[in-house]
Amino acid sequence: MTDIPKASSPDQPNIFRTLDIDTRLLGMIGAFAVICLLFHLLTDGQFLTPRNLFNLTVQTVSVAIMATGMVFVIVTRHIDLSVGSVLATCSAVMAMTQTVWLPETLGLGLGHPLIPWITLLAGVVVGASIGGFQGYLIGYLGIPAFIVTLGGLLVWRNVAWYITNGQTVGPLDPVFQAFGGISGTLGQNGSWVLAAVATAAALAATWSARRNKITHDHPVKPLWAEWALGGVIAAGIFGFTALLNAYAIPPRVLQRQFEQRGETLPEGYSAGYGLPISVLLLIAVAVVMTIVAKRTRLGRYIFAMGGNPDATELSGINTRALTVKVFAFMGFLCALSAVVASARLSFHSNDIGTLDELRVIAAAVIGGTALSGGIGTIHGAVLGALIMQSLQSGMAMVGVDAPFQNIVVGTVLVLAVLVDIVYRKRAGKA
Amino acid sequence: MKQLLAITAILAAGLTPAALANALTVGVSWSNFQEERWKTDEAAIVAALEAAGAQYISTDAQSSSSKQLSDVESLIARGADALIILAQDSEAIIPAVQNAWNNGIPVVGYDRLIDDDRAFYLTFENTEVGRMQARAILEVQPTGNYVMIKGSPTDPNADFLRNGQQEVLQDAIDAGEIQIVAESYTDGWLPSNAQRNMEQILTAQNNEVDAVVASNDGTAGGVVAALQAQGLDGEVPVSGQDADHAALNRVARGTQTVSVWKDARDLGQRAGEIAVAMANGVTMSEIEGAIQWETPSGTLVWAEFLSPVPVTQNNLEVVVDAGWISRETLCQGVVNGPAPCN
Repeated sequence: MTDIPKASSPDQPNIFRTLDIDTRLLGMIGAFAVICLLFHLLTDGQFLTPRNLFNLTVQTVSVAIMATGMVFVIVTRHIDLSVGSVLATCSAVMAMTQTVWLPETLGLGLGHPLIPWITLLAGVVVGASIGGFQGYLIGYLGIPAFIVTLGGLLVWRNVAWYITNGQTVGPLDPVFQAFGGISGTLGQNGSWVLAAVATAAALAATWSARRNKITHDHPVKPLWAEWALGGVIAAGIFGFTALLNAYAIPPRVLQRQFEQRGETLPEGYSAGYGLPISVLLLIAVAVVMTIVAKRTRLGRYIFAMGGNPDATELSGINTRALTVKVFAFMGFLCALSAVVASARLSFHSNDIGTLDELRVIAAAVIGGTALSGGIGTIHGAVLGALIMQSLQSGMAMVGVDAPFQNIVVGTVLVLAVLVDIVYRKRAGKA
Repeated sequence: MKQLLAITAILAAGLTPAALANALTVGVSWSNFQEERWKTDEAAIVAALEAAGAQYISTDAQSSSSKQLSDVESLIARGADALIILAQDSEAIIPAVQNAWNNGIPVVGYDRLIDDDRAFYLTFENTEVGRMQARAILEVQPTGNYVMIKGSPTDPNADFLRNGQQEVLQDAIDAGEIQIVAESYTDGWLPSNAQRNMEQILTAQNNEVDAVVASNDGTAGGVVAALQAQGLDGEVPVSGQDADHAALNRVARGTQTVSVWKDARDLGQRAGEIAVAMANGVTMSEIEGAIQWETPSGTLVWAEFLSPVPVTQNNLEVVVDAGWISRETLCQGVVNGPAPCN
């Protein structure tokens, strides 16, 4: 990252330029790799194992989902400090819906097959409504986002408290818990099928994009570059799937599963976990958000507004409605994160999501979202969340004292932004 | 309305002058009454005061130590004969104690330490909670690899608990029967942090963990979720404290071994009794069960420590009989569990 040549002369052929790869993204992947290797050495080869990487992806999901929404919020020059509290309120509503309101008040009884789905719907509606309401206060009434969401940070945390009387609520519905990670995975075969479908879709998208560019006389990459990139994508998807499949379900868990079905575990039987549903959810969210950002009018308006709000408004775009949409999106994603976070714990706790707003903003910023607005990528934010989580999990594994863990994370946040600023200046993009 | 009240008060005063003249008033200053648990304490204090014929007045500092100072002033102004203070901060509250002392009003420090020898300190013994946690785990798993999941690094209670746990485990450690293979603080006592730490420890230890001493029920919940992922829940004993409803349900299911229960009603009742006694002129040293205790900063205070109750599968009825939790909540999803869930 440091020895990027002055990429100012546009006609100078450069391998990254030819491949049309974001060097910034490469830098982040490099940083992630360095962190992984470092912890791998410090833990005597425990870090880069399928099991730990599986854990890492599952641990990242909740923050990463919200970070994708935070990219839009920050790109439009706003901030959302209330995400951790909104998550808590959604989680509280969903926990009460599935353990008290539906089974007892409505008399559906525990374990009714409709419960998890009604619960999900309730959570998502609450999340999007809270977000939309905050967006209305910001967009239409002109209260600064910082203030509205700072108020929200206090309000929603305590609304959650009020809803549950501060009690821990659980255990949650078994089907609902499947969204939490390890208790809900696709299995080996399902994961391979999905990997094949995903690869095919990615390659088809690349191909159609190329065709599209050719018909409009846009310059395209050389064919070998397309093939190389396609190869990297396919290898990445299949490598990731192989990794998650390689984490074998512990024999004890298998034995229990068979016992539950009234069978005995066949000798030498083993199975891998495969792709967790929560990670699938994150991937789906990231893909949809990327498409919204790059391929839709809404996405173009959002980035335009971040680049120059006045010009955007003068050109006839309803920036107020846009603000409401962006914050409603954020609230919706908080609800999804609440599903993942509470399902992973298998209960709702009063302090769920505490300080998540800081982790989410940090993930988006490490991922290259500029607080000055207009710049940011979804995949960057996800990667930022992954880097933060790998630092924390790695340090937990090494046994670093809690105060030092936070000192390191804080330092990394500031360093990442510094490197970003230096890089942007050199690359002449600032 | 106010006038009406005033007239009623005068009438009442006229009717029973003797009773009112003798009636004591005890003022309670809460640090943050929104927290669910203090409602249980309040009911117990009120019951104890009623039994002694004393009147209850209260204020809520809403987590602000400066508001608490003015709260105490107002309680004194409203005629409190004794104060029970749940201090927001053990040192910032000292001016209030000074103020009460100037007015000759005794002070009971409730649950949280007031670092001043003019206040009586009433609480549960946190070191004993730690001992009980370790004792219950050691009983079911006397050998093997132990993991210690501690509380928040910024909470002094976390270390009191850890010290108590160490006292009980020390002999077994010296004898080489158990090894502490990993230990970690839990930032902010958050269950999700405990879960992450436990996952990382299980990975690093390759699942060779035989027992987990977790410091409260929240962290225990995170630990059990991490164990569940490895199919170890119910096989690896886990401790906790607070008798959270979710934790008691885990005890009934067998995925958590013990939850040490600090019965808030005992604490509340005792505080009411002590406040009334001190208002009647009993000195701190004369209070039954009072001992002299040195605070971490070196102040010698009079204190009384109540003993908590370890709740395991053997005595689950205790929490139901006490009305702490309903049988339905306790036994939710439990099949063929221990009494009262069978």
